[in-house]
Amino acid sequence: MTDTPFDARTWRPPGLIRSSLWRWLLAVTVAIYLASALGSLEINWLRIGQGLGRGVTFLAAFATPDFVTHWRDISEGLAESLTMTGAATVIGIALSLPIGLGAARNIAPMPVYLFCRGVVALSRSFQEVILAIFFVAMFGFGPFAGLVTLSVATIGFFGKLLAEEIEAMDPVQAEAVQATGAGWLQWIDYAVTPQVMPRIIGLSLYRLDINFRESAVVGIVGGGGIGATLNTAFDRYEFETAAAILLIIIGIVMLSEYLSGLIRARVQ
Amino acid sequence: MAGDGELLVWRRRTRARELLVWAGWLLGVSLFIFCWQTIAANTTWYFVADAPRVAADIGDRMVPPKWSYAAKLWGPLWDTINIATLGTILSVLLATPIAFLAATNTTPSTRFVRPLALLIIVSSRSINSLIWGLLLVTIIGPGVVAGIFAITFRSIGFVAKLLYEAIEEIDQRQVEAIAATGANGGQVITFAIWPQILPAFAGTSVFRWDINIRESTVLGLVGAGGIGLELQASINIVAWQQVSVILLAILSTVIVSEWVSAKVRHAVI
Repeated sequence: MTDTPFDARTWRPPGLIRSSLWRWLLAVTVAIYLASALGSLEINWLRIGQGLGRGVTFLAAFATPDFVTHWRDISEGLAESLTMTGAATVIGIALSLPIGLGAARNIAPMPVYLFCRGVVALSRSFQEVILAIFFVAMFGFGPFAGLVTLSVATIGFFGKLLAEEIEAMDPVQAEAVQATGAGWLQWIDYAVTPQVMPRIIGLSLYRLDINFRESAVVGIVGGGGIGATLNTAFDRYEFETAAAILLIIIGIVMLSEYLSGLIRARVQ
Repeated sequence: MAGDGELLVWRRRTRARELLVWAGWLLGVSLFIFCWQTIAANTTWYFVADAPRVAADIGDRMVPPKWSYAAKLWGPLWDTINIATLGTILSVLLATPIAFLAATNTTPSTRFVRPLALLIIVSSRSINSLIWGLLLVTIIGPGVVAGIFAITFRSIGFVAKLLYEAIEEIDQRQVEAIAATGANGGQVITFAIWPQILPAFAGTSVFRWDINIRESTVLGLVGAGGIGLELQASINIVAWQQVSVILLAILSTVIVSEWVSAKVRHAVI
């Protein structure tokens, strides 16, 4: 850039932060933070050096994934994960439909609104894994704990987004249906539902996708599913099996993203 | 129903569509029942029946929180924030070139480079940061560094995906205008493309940082550093009064980070 005929140094594309004082202040803060953060890292170079060889082994394992040796464990874990995903998505969405309705300010009366918002906030406040730890402690090891975890997490996600969608709906249509003398249920059925239905379908598919990914995680803390198998594979340094499981997860996620893209394109 | 054909009742759907909808419901419900039965077969129902008592018991043991323990959490909390922040910075640095390679209007080759970039994005996105953590702890050993890389690898796909979508949506005329001045590829990127995606870039980074704070709080469960290590340790020794303090600490960190991210995004976009 320096050998252009005009002085390129005097002009720059406008930055994100206009005021140069703030830009400098921010730069200094970031520099101080980075210095102290990097300074507080305890890096065991020896261990990392040893690990790099193992990392290469693991990457090589992706070229020769081993689906066969532990296929029974893998298929059992996978079946558990998939059924857990399916059931939890259905239960979660079924429970979050009334909660989503209740959490929409333009539909629900104040006490109901506050209650439903509370439920949504509560189930959104913790990570799936933390919920899973508690549900495993309550229900014991196995897919039931995972099912409850994913259902609860779905309620928070789905209820919140559904409520936002309902709040953003067109009030004119709702009023028109109300003017015909429709009862409350009829009103929901004919004025609200058609407006939010495309979004409900899109969100359900998206949540199905998320639930599958999360189902791989709840297994790490004992919630059943493919995560438990994966955890065991890593613990025993069976990288070929771990690579096979990861490839299956990636494959299923890719497939479901592709399918949900197709369905969403049809619905919207 | 139109009894003798005189009174027609309005219907939302045609006969064929109605049948299709019912078939869809039937399929969905039977799939759900199948899923439910598979899980029910693997469940010890005695434990489930006993759950309310256990929950009450745990709840009982969690209060009152052991406040004196909170003083010990500053170190792990600092680690957690570092994992999230350094991981986000690293992932943004790595994701930006990948995004340019993946966007149809900037990729050097739609046939070879773009699919590769998309593959990196989807692999990174489909594997949860905890699983990345599990993997990295096995490879480079437990600690904060494994956590930083776990967050990095998980975030690359997310950031690159949102960024390449932003690149594909830019105003092409500005690119043409800059190219018409005789600018080379690098100059087109700095002067025509970069200013257009800057708000999306900043918004995405902050958004991901917020998510990463959440995720880094639990990375310790697999040994990848941060406050999750304390959580794991407290659960292992059944110190529920410490667990409640840790959960409160996590909750307040998450709320603060959400607030910061909302403020910044509001200012940027």
